[in-house]
Amino acid sequence: MSTAKPMLKADSVSKTFKVGSRFRAGGIQHLHALQDVSIEVYPGEIVGLVGESGCGKSTLGRCLLRLYDVNDGRITFKDRDITGLSQRELRPLRADMQMVFQDPYSSLNPRRRVGDLIAEPLRVHGKYSAGDIQTRLRELMDLVNLSPDFLTRFPHEFSGGQRQRIGIARAIALSPSLIVADEPVSALDVSVQAQIVNLFMDLQEKLGLTYVFIAHDLSVVRQIATRTAVMYLGGIVELGETDRVLHRPAHPYTAALISAVPEPDPHGNIKARTILRGEPPSPTNPPSGCRFHTRCPVAQDRCSAEIPRLRSLGDNRSVACHFPLDGSVAAHA
Amino acid sequence: MPADQIPNTAETLLDVQDLCVSFRSERGIIRILENVSFTVRAREILSIVGESGSGKSMTSLAVMRLITDPNAIITGSITYKGRDLLKLSPREMRDLRGREIAMIFQDPMTAMTPVYTIGWQIEEQLRAHQDLSRHAARARAVELLGEMGVPAPAKAATRYPHQLSGGLRQRAMIAMALSCNPSLLIADEPTTALDVTVQAQILELLQRLRTDFGSSVMLITHDMGVVATVSDRVMVMYSGIIAERGPKPDVLGQPTHPYTLGLLHSIPPMHGEKPHRLPSIPGSPPSPMGRPPGCPFQPRCEFRMDACATRPPLFRNGMQEASCWLADKGLPDWAHERAIRTTGEAA
Repeated sequence: MSTAKPMLKADSVSKTFKVGSRFRAGGIQHLHALQDVSIEVYPGEIVGLVGESGCGKSTLGRCLLRLYDVNDGRITFKDRDITGLSQRELRPLRADMQMVFQDPYSSLNPRRRVGDLIAEPLRVHGKYSAGDIQTRLRELMDLVNLSPDFLTRFPHEFSGGQRQRIGIARAIALSPSLIVADEPVSALDVSVQAQIVNLFMDLQEKLGLTYVFIAHDLSVVRQIATRTAVMYLGGIVELGETDRVLHRPAHPYTAALISAVPEPDPHGNIKARTILRGEPPSPTNPPSGCRFHTRCPVAQDRCSAEIPRLRSLGDNRSVACHFPLDGSVAAHA
Repeated sequence: MPADQIPNTAETLLDVQDLCVSFRSERGIIRILENVSFTVRAREILSIVGESGSGKSMTSLAVMRLITDPNAIITGSITYKGRDLLKLSPREMRDLRGREIAMIFQDPMTAMTPVYTIGWQIEEQLRAHQDLSRHAARARAVELLGEMGVPAPAKAATRYPHQLSGGLRQRAMIAMALSCNPSLLIADEPTTALDVTVQAQILELLQRLRTDFGSSVMLITHDMGVVATVSDRVMVMYSGIIAERGPKPDVLGQPTHPYTLGLLHSIPPMHGEKPHRLPSIPGSPPSPMGRPPGCPFQPRCEFRMDACATRPPLFRNGMQEASCWLADKGLPDWAHERAIRTTGEAA
């Protein structure tokens, strides 16, 4: 994998939002959604982005597609710097990079028929004639396992799982090479969630897609992602092969996150867990040094003073921690 | 105390028998819950688990007598400490709510009023049910917030709900619910809106309730992981009926209803081998109007047979009960071989 060239690259990306109002108490504040985030996505892989709410995983997904402008850093897609492209310049690239959204109820226009919804990208990009569009629609419905009869129906006639299939069909309509999926299964019931996870995996195999898969559910990410990035308060704290990150976590936050996942173990017991105290601090006022040091069970003085850089541990994995957990790795690189 | 050591002979606190909830509509009567019966014993945690539309929340609302729609038809009996809740007057019921049976909701932001402080809201409940001075009520409210693990409780009491984080709001709501020492706490998806690390804190708190407060908990959830973490007994609901129920280790370890089996399977494992594709249940849960005759799970069931055209009763197998014709004899062996998940040991 490392010999190939990355398809998508984020280089020290930062994104700040302004919140509040100058007419209200507190005035305008800066919310540091992403701080100095770098990640590479290689062709054909599935990169999972996990973390708790407010960690910046969705913001990163949107920045990668340039749905947000970044404040700092650079985004490269297929060797082309897209950081400064205007919306007009981006439009031809949009066919190649698509997004699947979390909520299948609000991401489909309720007044349009399914066929129209899926055909819209085909029409906009003008690559298909009217007759070809009909053939393509049937092909797409087949790919997402929906009956072609559904094309004339309206979104409200479908269940959450079926709607998400429609959203996926729309995203793959123009045969993109990259799909950013933002919590695509979080709003679904467990039995349906498994169907959609399988569909993502099938499509990846059939069409050779590359995904950035954003989720808060570690078990879903373990199932689908080849590599995983764990995020906390606007930064990547650990990045590497999924199995390695989830089974031998090096960052104390990753370890705590894994420990907090309730598993359907018949003899489950909460006492066996390490429970993290407190809640993530506000991204408008992040702590100094390592952003996790306020909740970290192994924090030392250095952690509040010095920001740990994401550095390689040599086993296809990087961690942003001064004192990584794995004893076999030298603590000071 | 591990769940297994709690004696089964503990007194019954809540006894629900043949609870049916239907709604009159233009298209006829819509049956939401059909003959739901269960008990909650003293100091136990009963989890009611199911997907959206399974009727789990409707069950809790019925117990709280919070279904106020004039078109609702509620039959059966809900006996709490020997009194049938369905026969109480609204006034008697109001006296009971909060004092004897309290409820917490998924979203603490909408369950609290935004215009009063947290402390005021807890005080109000205390003063409504107990003869307390304003001063004593505030002291008790602060004490409760402290017991729920809210840092700087006196300061938190002066805060408005929007000033607190999700986890603290949920703690404040639990503090409010527990203010009058209820014997039964109904928690409807209490951790669904929270992040996993905060969820773990709240689950730990729920589990502490029975030792510290002697309360029973009826936990409504869709998450099998949450069920496994805190409950003593589990009731799995599907499309308005009880699919399976029994002690947690049995139901999660040896499910006897194909739906429970499928549900457990469709959760991606955190340990052990990754399946190439997740075993999933085809289709999606039916709406109450489109509920098939006979066993409601039958269109999605891989073990479907002719007998499924008639609604199966609950068959008992040891401590476990399942409404499936197969459960009469137990699921076939090949189903179990696939069923038994080896979670845990790889940890």
